[in-house]
Amino acid sequence: MNILLIALAAILVNNVVLSRFLGICGFLGATKKATSAIGMSLALAFVVIFGGIISYSLYFFILVPLDLEFLRLVAFILVIASLVQFVEMFIKRFVPSLYKSLGIYLPLITTNCVVLTVALDVAAVSGGVPDYTFLTMVVYVFASAVGFGLVTVLFSYIQERLANTPNMPKAFQGPASALLIAGLMAIAFLGFKGMI
Amino acid sequence: MKKNRIILDGAFKNNSTFILLLGLCPVLATTSGVSSALGMGLAMLAVIIVSNVVVSLIRHLIPNEIRIPVMIVIIATIVTVVEMLMKAYLPDLAANLGVYLSIIVVNCVIFARAESFALKNGVFDSFLDAIGTGLGFILSVLLLALAREVVGTGAVDFKSFINGESLFLLRIFPEQYAISIFVENSGAFIMLGLLIALITYLVPTISTWNENRAKLKAQKALTTNIETEAK
Repeated sequence: MNILLIALAAILVNNVVLSRFLGICGFLGATKKATSAIGMSLALAFVVIFGGIISYSLYFFILVPLDLEFLRLVAFILVIASLVQFVEMFIKRFVPSLYKSLGIYLPLITTNCVVLTVALDVAAVSGGVPDYTFLTMVVYVFASAVGFGLVTVLFSYIQERLANTPNMPKAFQGPASALLIAGLMAIAFLGFKGMI
Repeated sequence: MKKNRIILDGAFKNNSTFILLLGLCPVLATTSGVSSALGMGLAMLAVIIVSNVVVSLIRHLIPNEIRIPVMIVIIATIVTVVEMLMKAYLPDLAANLGVYLSIIVVNCVIFARAESFALKNGVFDSFLDAIGTGLGFILSVLLLALAREVVGTGAVDFKSFINGESLFLLRIFPEQYAISIFVENSGAFIMLGLLIALITYLVPTISTWNENRAKLKAQKALTTNIETEAK
């Protein structure tokens, strides 16, 4: 039940986008079309999951025994940058159409806060004991990736509908209305707080 | 380029938050109160100054193909240092900012300035650009935090960075009339959306106003010229 709780909390209650404000650039930038939002979420999910698992292993099996905890930011960001490079090469080779539609947002996954924050989260230690065991860590990274994907894809459908609204005031077109929608979604997601 | 132009462009014309819409994660996350917003802004200013100066200093030594990993490592090191210093000297602020302090590493604003300015310009110009961008960031987070805190709690409560005690409290209207959603997460999105709409409305208005004024001035100069010639 603990595992279910971790998963639900990460997907719905402490959603990375709506309640922790992470990955806003990709969230606002790559969601004009649902297809690119799905592609972006999948690419990001891959990096989040593997980045989390590798960072966790790196931190607890190499950095902690060597007393090098303070190097964690540098170490994690290098892991993430190489993973993104790998994903980029993979998508370019096998799904070139997706590669074109994601454009700059694909290499920008390196600087997507979701990846680094999830890696830092799983390496958290409170009172000398790691917050996550290996199993709960795997659940947590999967759930975070799903949480990002869920919100991004839902948001992209709303954006697609909104793109054809003729009566929107000029000032609200683009990012302003997108942020207002995100705010309303965040209010809706507040409702899940009572669940746990 | 004129030196004051660099600072003004960084702060207003290329304002990272409201014009370029870069690095919005810390903007949204740390603006529930004025004091944490100011702390975040100062941390950003410190990191961006050091990163711009360092990148500009070694810009001829960085091979073009691996410039991004090099910059990431430089920025990660600076952030680690800032984080350690803040944990030692400003513990309450560090606890408030939490993970958002560490993820300055992946802030797009710092990357954008290092990549598009510091790699191509001299050390002093990069320093000025960092000051301008940092001040622009501080102004924007303060604006958003002020709007959120005033609407959300009816007061401005400035807390000490060291122990979290309230330094001064300015009550603007009674708390029972406050719309508390604005200090919550969802209010951050809504308030930022409203402010961006306001600014996208104001910017063209101000620039046409400036243009009109310039035209008027030119006309006046012309007429006085004609008058003096006629005399």
